[in-house]
Amino acid sequence: MLVQRRPDISPSEITPKGVFENRRKFLQAAGIIAATGIGGTAFVGAKPARAVMKLSVRPSPLSVSETPTSLKDVTTYNNYYEFGTDKTDPSETADKLKTRPWTVAVEGEIKKPKVYDIDELLKLAPLEERVYRLRCVEGWSMVIPWDGFSLSELIKRVEPTGKAKFVEFTTLADKAQMPGVGMAVLKWPYVEALRMDEAMHPLTMLTLGLYGEALPNQNGAPVRVVVPWKYGFKSGKSIVKIRFVEEQPKTTWQLANPREYGFYSNVNPEVDHPRWSQAKERRIGEFGKRPTLMFNGYADQVASLYAGMDLKKNY
Amino acid sequence: MVRLQPTPRQIQWIKAAVFTVCLVPVARLGWLAAHHGLGANPIEYITRSTGWWTLTFLLITLTVTPLRRLTNLNWLLRLRRMLGLFAFFYVCLHFSIYIWLDQFFDLTSIGKDIVKRPFITVGFGAFVLLIPLAATSTNAMVKRLGARRWQLLHRLIYLIAICGVIHFWWLVKKNINEPLTFAALLAILLLIRLAFRARKSAAPTASQKSVTRSQVA
Repeated sequence: MLVQRRPDISPSEITPKGVFENRRKFLQAAGIIAATGIGGTAFVGAKPARAVMKLSVRPSPLSVSETPTSLKDVTTYNNYYEFGTDKTDPSETADKLKTRPWTVAVEGEIKKPKVYDIDELLKLAPLEERVYRLRCVEGWSMVIPWDGFSLSELIKRVEPTGKAKFVEFTTLADKAQMPGVGMAVLKWPYVEALRMDEAMHPLTMLTLGLYGEALPNQNGAPVRVVVPWKYGFKSGKSIVKIRFVEEQPKTTWQLANPREYGFYSNVNPEVDHPRWSQAKERRIGEFGKRPTLMFNGYADQVASLYAGMDLKKNY
Repeated sequence: MVRLQPTPRQIQWIKAAVFTVCLVPVARLGWLAAHHGLGANPIEYITRSTGWWTLTFLLITLTVTPLRRLTNLNWLLRLRRMLGLFAFFYVCLHFSIYIWLDQFFDLTSIGKDIVKRPFITVGFGAFVLLIPLAATSTNAMVKRLGARRWQLLHRLIYLIAICGVIHFWWLVKKNINEPLTFAALLAILLLIRLAFRARKSAAPTASQKSVTRSQVA
């Protein structure tokens, strides 16, 4: 049953189509200018105020009714090691990232491999605003209104073959735009992966925005994945490649420390990180700690994916 | 060589100045707290900051003796107790924030943490070991214990500093640059002491090795 929990977007919040299209043209023109180098210094040197692209989104029945974390906290406190290991680093250093032009190569065990342009992805399916819980493996959490659609919309279009058992997501790794990539803290590029049924689950989201606007750079612009029942690091950011494979891929944190970070990394209050407890979490903006919920509160929807599996072993 | 020897009055002033400077980190936290400057996760920020300053004050305290030896400025020793007590002050803040703001006096959870989490075990151990040092920091206590026993007890500071650095090292997720810096500085401070010792016992080179080894152990 679809329950409409959130009111429709108010008309005042919707950008008039003309303005929207003009902005789009401006961005495209800017992209061309930057790419061809015409008037390069003039454009780059001017450093215009953050070009905010409003998205027209519709509310989603998959949203939770909890209070969203403030946009300021969402955009100034997060992990994105390509931009530095401090949680304030991404907001300070991600402004150099150029998100246009941007393409995502979809390849591997599929019948219709294709290189998607970011603007094509934005129009692939109607954008929904989904308010999801986010639980970081470090013990803090947020509630974020993400904008996008189920990843399955894309997967269906590329027609996976019978050999496609896993989906692998590769993040951009460009030293010139990402200061953290110069450090050897992780093996670059960042690679994450999901089992096919996890990737096809309606909750798994191909995300292009948050709070009704195009994704801020520090949050994984221009396109990322959001898997709300897994620890945050499972949701790859700034994706340049989506590959369908037969063997379970080696993911970045798993390679970095296999004892601490498993392939599944489902939120689970009963399975502790070897160095700290996962029983509780600090919701950003709240004073006390709250208990962490099984599968981050999405057990009803996703527990069946792991029926019969020992979650202590498959952490 | 000109010996800089401040008068007792000047030393009082120096002490007052150092005392004030040592309060800057906590004053800064207070100011940030009042001006929404602690970021999205204020409790984590305060915990990290007080922990960082505890380690810093431990290292500063451990710098006094070698610095005095190298510069012959004996009056520096007069600052050592205060610096050590500031390390204790910051670790008390650090620990209180952990049990109050982080765990909300959930004693079972704290107990579990101490037993199950090596980084908390070692940090808690360092904190507990620092208590007798703070408690015996007064002149009266030095007298009561006798200088020799007092000194023996206060050698615990080396172990405490090592535990403190390990505590930091084990808690970071991946980027160990900062704990590594603390570890390197601590290693230098401890090695200087070994060098002093070796020179003091000087004399036959044959016995030097065994002295160094027994001190390492």
